[in-house]
Amino acid sequence: MGLQPYLLLSAAVFCIGLFGVTTRRNTIGILLGIELMMNAVNINLVAFARYTAVASGMVFTVFTICITVTEAALGLAIVILLFRVRRTVMADHLDLLKG
Amino acid sequence: MTEQIAFAALSITLVGSALAVVLSKNLFHAVLWLALALTGTAGVFLMLDAEFLAAVQLLLYAGGIITIVVFAIVVTERLIGERLTQTNMRLGGGALVSAVLFGFILVVVGRQPLPATRPEMPGDLTRAIGQAVLTRYVLPFELLAVLMLTGLLGAIYFARPED
Repeated sequence: MGLQPYLLLSAAVFCIGLFGVTTRRNTIGILLGIELMMNAVNINLVAFARYTAVASGMVFTVFTICITVTEAALGLAIVILLFRVRRTVMADHLDLLKG
Repeated sequence: MTEQIAFAALSITLVGSALAVVLSKNLFHAVLWLALALTGTAGVFLMLDAEFLAAVQLLLYAGGIITIVVFAIVVTERLIGERLTQTNMRLGGGALVSAVLFGFILVVVGRQPLPATRPEMPGDLTRAIGQAVLTRYVLPFELLAVLMLTGLLGAIYFARPED
């Protein structure tokens, strides 16, 4: 089996994640969409690494997984902080910076 | 032949659960679907001979991230009583943007000459990853450690109890 099916699968997951990011109202839902998109990127990296027989792609996948975990932890901490301050996590209610 | 069947099953699981993540009305269900999607990704990694990454994926993503997201939902969501609608009024626009991007990637990927067979991997892949991390990529690796420490300290600082 070639590289192409893997790329198409990851493209599909990426676009579904993008749809989630643009349409969710809940900030946690937006974070879930971002996780999906990151996941699609990881599939791409691993697929290219495997089909070119270079381990570097896999190393970068380890890096992106770690960065995603940090990002999720920080993002959820921000969500909890927002909830404490505003009593809501809906993105369209968070208009503190609106003039 | 088995490879194609396994890939098709994994693709259906992955795309189906990803759709459920973005479409499900209940955020809690969305997280559980995300767990399935992440496990499916671990399966794709296994198909690409990346056993180590599949294990990391299951431990860190399906184990770690799902747990903290569930905690965040429990803290912030009203689990009983009336529920707020979870999607905004831009469903059509979001679908359009995603579909256009997908079509664009489809055209680009379709035009490229891509390898049809995978080359033999020289030696043990897990060993190769470990050696690359501690030799060629040791500086990014250490920077990543600092980044994760800073990020997690920041998360603790944000979520500390009020005094």
